[in-house]
Amino acid sequence: MQITLTLNDVRVSEEIAPDMLLIDFVRAHGCKSVKRGCETSNCGLCTVFMDDKPVLSCSVLAARADGHKITTLEGLQEEAAEFGAFIADQGAEQCGFCNPGFIMNALALFREQPYPTEEQVKEYLAGNLCRCSGYEGQLRGIMSFLAWKKQKEGVQ
Amino acid sequence: MKTVNKPFRKKDAMQLVTGQPVYMDDIIPQDCLIVKLLRSPHANAIVRTINTAVAKKVPGIEAIFTWEDVPQNARRYTQAGQTYPEASPYDRLLIDRHVRFVGDVVAIVAGKDEKCVDKALKLIKVDYEVLEAVLDFHTAKDNPILVHPEDNWESLAPVGADNKRNLCAHDECGNGDIDAVLAGCDVVIDHVYHTKACQQAMMETFRTYCSIDTYGRLNVLSSTQIVFHARRNIANALHIPKSMVRVSKPRIGGGFGAKQTAVSEVYPAFVTWMTKKPSKLIFSRVESQTASSPRHEMEMHVRLGATKDGIVKGIDLYTLSNTGAYGEHGPTTVGLSGHKSIPLYGKAEAFRFVSDVVYTNHMSAGAYRGYGATQGLFAVESAVNELAHKLNMDPIALRLKNTVQEGDVMPAYYGAVNTSCALDRCVLKVREMIDWEHKYPARDMGNGKIRAVGMGMAMQGSGISGMDVGSATLKLNDDGFYTMMIGAADMGTGCDTTLAQIAAEVLDCPLDNITVFGADTDSSPYDSGSYASSTTYVTGKATEKCAMKLREQICKLGAELLGCPADAVEFDGKVVFESADPTRQKTLSEIAFASQFGHKIPLEFTETHTSPLSPPPYMVGAAEVEVDTETGEVKVLEFDACVDCGTPINPNLTRVQAEGGILQGIGMTLTENITYDRNGYPEENSLFQYKIPARNDIGHIHVEFENSYESNGPFGAKSIGEVVINTPLPAISDAIYNAIGTRFYELPITPEQIAMAVTAKH
Amino acid sequence: MMTIREYKRAESLEEAWQLNQKKPNRILGGMIWLKMETINVGTAIDLSGLGLDTIEETEDSFSIGAMVTLRQLEQHPGLAAYTHGAMREAVRHIVGVQLRNLATVGGSIYSRFGFSDVLTMFLAMDCDVELYKGGILPLQEYAQRPYDRDILVRLIVKKTPMQLYYQSVRNSQTDIPVLTCAAARMETGDYRIVIGARPLCAVRFELPAEPALAAEQLAAQFAESVKAQVITGSNMRGSAEYRRHLAGVLTKRAVLELEQRKMQEEK
Repeated sequence: MQITLTLNDVRVSEEIAPDMLLIDFVRAHGCKSVKRGCETSNCGLCTVFMDDKPVLSCSVLAARADGHKITTLEGLQEEAAEFGAFIADQGAEQCGFCNPGFIMNALALFREQPYPTEEQVKEYLAGNLCRCSGYEGQLRGIMSFLAWKKQKEGVQ
Repeated sequence: MKTVNKPFRKKDAMQLVTGQPVYMDDIIPQDCLIVKLLRSPHANAIVRTINTAVAKKVPGIEAIFTWEDVPQNARRYTQAGQTYPEASPYDRLLIDRHVRFVGDVVAIVAGKDEKCVDKALKLIKVDYEVLEAVLDFHTAKDNPILVHPEDNWESLAPVGADNKRNLCAHDECGNGDIDAVLAGCDVVIDHVYHTKACQQAMMETFRTYCSIDTYGRLNVLSSTQIVFHARRNIANALHIPKSMVRVSKPRIGGGFGAKQTAVSEVYPAFVTWMTKKPSKLIFSRVESQTASSPRHEMEMHVRLGATKDGIVKGIDLYTLSNTGAYGEHGPTTVGLSGHKSIPLYGKAEAFRFVSDVVYTNHMSAGAYRGYGATQGLFAVESAVNELAHKLNMDPIALRLKNTVQEGDVMPAYYGAVNTSCALDRCVLKVREMIDWEHKYPARDMGNGKIRAVGMGMAMQGSGISGMDVGSATLKLNDDGFYTMMIGAADMGTGCDTTLAQIAAEVLDCPLDNITVFGADTDSSPYDSGSYASSTTYVTGKATEKCAMKLREQICKLGAELLGCPADAVEFDGKVVFESADPTRQKTLSEIAFASQFGHKIPLEFTETHTSPLSPPPYMVGAAEVEVDTETGEVKVLEFDACVDCGTPINPNLTRVQAEGGILQGIGMTLTENITYDRNGYPEENSLFQYKIPARNDIGHIHVEFENSYESNGPFGAKSIGEVVINTPLPAISDAIYNAIGTRFYELPITPEQIAMAVTAKH
Repeated sequence: MMTIREYKRAESLEEAWQLNQKKPNRILGGMIWLKMETINVGTAIDLSGLGLDTIEETEDSFSIGAMVTLRQLEQHPGLAAYTHGAMREAVRHIVGVQLRNLATVGGSIYSRFGFSDVLTMFLAMDCDVELYKGGILPLQEYAQRPYDRDILVRLIVKKTPMQLYYQSVRNSQTDIPVLTCAAARMETGDYRIVIGARPLCAVRFELPAEPALAAEQLAAQFAESVKAQVITGSNMRGSAEYRRHLAGVLTKRAVLELEQRKMQEEK
């Protein structure tokens, strides 16, 4: 079947199998940041934005994305680097395999709640598993990013 | 120091956080063959007949291999990543007619896409002769049912193995008269402890890509910690010369020891070798959970004796370890359960440590961070905590009376001298961090909630003494930048960066002046691989030595260019100058270019290191938990730990290693369960059923360092990677005891067990 | 592994219903569970083009379209106010935001999974289900029906005055529950206690008011009553005995919470 969607601001039209999952579609289109870590919707590695909302691309049919806007980390490189630098400054990226999904969802959080508390961060990102970091360094990175952003934006 | 002990960003950090394609499945050609495995539904069976005729007709199927394609009487092999001759027995065939656990490989299917391979898998007809299985590891030894009855089973090392007794290993050692010592003790703690086959659950599952290169050799690109051992494993499995195999690794999405076993490599290797076409195998999460290389399930019987003043006089430990269907890491993990727990108690006069490692029809176990020490420390430290309660002593005060000291000889640690140790300082630090004085043992918060604390100590090693080999190659290039080649594997731990920090410190250059390449069996210098907490201590020392040597070479060429003897010059990282007249100098860039133009002083050097010692890093951890006594729910509000890893080469990375290891330990204590169904199949076969901690499962983890200086390590460093997983098990268990007054001897401790224990008391 | 032969974004409920009468065809919800099944789907029927993704609040009810996501339930201010935050509490543990942006109310209710927090929560309220052919019927009745091939269009929650409270016990925060408990205290002082994840499908207990009893006694009595009546089973996450124990604990806590809330209101 034919679908047309916007992938990282580029219009893509393609013939696909009806049971193709969005994760496989975006990876086939070069968005290799999107990772598969489980088959049970538990890990969050495959997080992408569908119409600016974070979703698990392993659980979305590519067919269902027809007519929608899909964003992966490839389409958010500046934001990823800006925020990611704070994670890197903690050494909390570690193996890096969960990073794209985690960073996508963190960016989604910052859009919804510009200055979340620690508890809000933990709750929003609960569906992003990481086996390396123990999450503590990620949290330090997030909080120092938020402090930096607050200062930059002149928020008290 | 300018570079060492500084919190540099990892060299690959920005590539990782921006999601660049650096992992195996991101960088390989998309049109390779897809390989999947047909797995046995039975725990013990013989494949009577297998019919692949219909499956082979599925369009797109390239090949299907079964036991009929693998000589059954040829030499067996091991998938363990260990130095040759491996302690692990040679007990595998690439496809064995005799399948030994639910998930053992029955057929390899390769085709052009997943769909056709999935279809073919369904169409293979297998007739099994189902045999009775050994599913209870208590009954395995000398059971009439043999997991490995075959005559070509082979043990290469003297580890007490005997396949006709289901024994993968047996060992006995000791010092002093333990029975007499225990008989003379005022109090003896005597219990059996049980830990399960927990999964590393790294986010990237096992995966391997294979192709044939220009020279007709098999090229293996795999997510592995052990390129050199994997080369041997693969060549042995395929019965082809090792010269025909090259193994390299891209970025690895986590390992924690799982990838110290060649779990996925041999299957696509076989497909590509037979078809001469590129192929890849990516394990599903289910496969990663059920047919991989988890921690060894162990049962430990501890008898620990002490005086009424709390001096530990003797420890008697018997460990029974379940290696599953194959013996990967079986003979070696078990040793750590005693050798890395008993030595913590420096005043003990005697010890005995006996172990059996048995085969069963469970999936094969392997290497997981802590490697047996985790299990042993849970048992011994829990016994010590119980001793403290029995003597009505504060467990911290009791530890302070007993900790092993720097300079002590450690009989249970192969008689080695404790060359560097800040264990007692770690105890004191943790007492302060968690505010032990005010929180011990417990506080009732009302509403059925109790907060309580508990603690535990740990040690590990730094590489395998007298065995592990680490190497580094350093090369000076145009403009004066360096290339470093290593065979150690950065699996997210950051060794590409920390090793470069060591080299940069010696070479007096900025960290960015060193590029790192690894690991590749064709071009990296030999390295045992990244396991056994060896990389910083062993490969790090090789790196330091190598950089020193390269400095000498740079000086030598510099002196030649300056026309003076080599001992008349100095090198400050930027220029070589004459000591007597520093204005006479040659820049590093000039020297680099000169080396490429009519000179024969090599500015490339390889250095190799091995250590007769394995200096233990030490750690103390304390947990504060909140227990809901009615529902049984437990939350770790705070985990405070202090580590002595010698000099931290990169404080950020050592800290994150510690935090990550602690959370894995918390998971093992509270949520990571393994239960088997009637077939011996682990029911926790996905991340839906096997619950690794999410970030809202814990409060905070705090880590501090109290450093000793290990003079045998690079810049005083010891290891960090493994010791960090060990303390949560005894600490949380004791905190739960302090909350509810019931002690648990098996992990994980579930809310149900807690709630029912509380109910039973009322 | 799931395969799908055809995908159809339905243009009307009638078209969706017609397609859904054929056995191999399936209506798509959030696809969280469907994609894990080993199933060959003929036509996957997508309702996402039918405007069923909104929550409409009127003076006396909420109309919740079948394609409304769990995240929408979580964030809806009207539902938050009416349920006193219980709706958010019922869904916030479900894995993560990304999953809750996909999982739908229709999928959750239609599936009637034993472990469903969503079903537990809605059963405590005055909730009806609207089926395309079958019309409107109480959720209580729908929950006990066998699966059929009608289409769940929306939920209608009447704003009957009641106080709601939601609790669950989980072995870890983002796991499915060991036991769920939604409690409603009616104006009359009557109670509804819904116990889910037994691990069987959620059931509702009606407990008439006992005005003579103090909160503590009431809680103890209702807890005993629910414990005595509830049928529980064992699975990986907990034994029947533990679940029965938890049903008592959560009932007790719910009654204490709601009685206290009532007292505070009276002040």
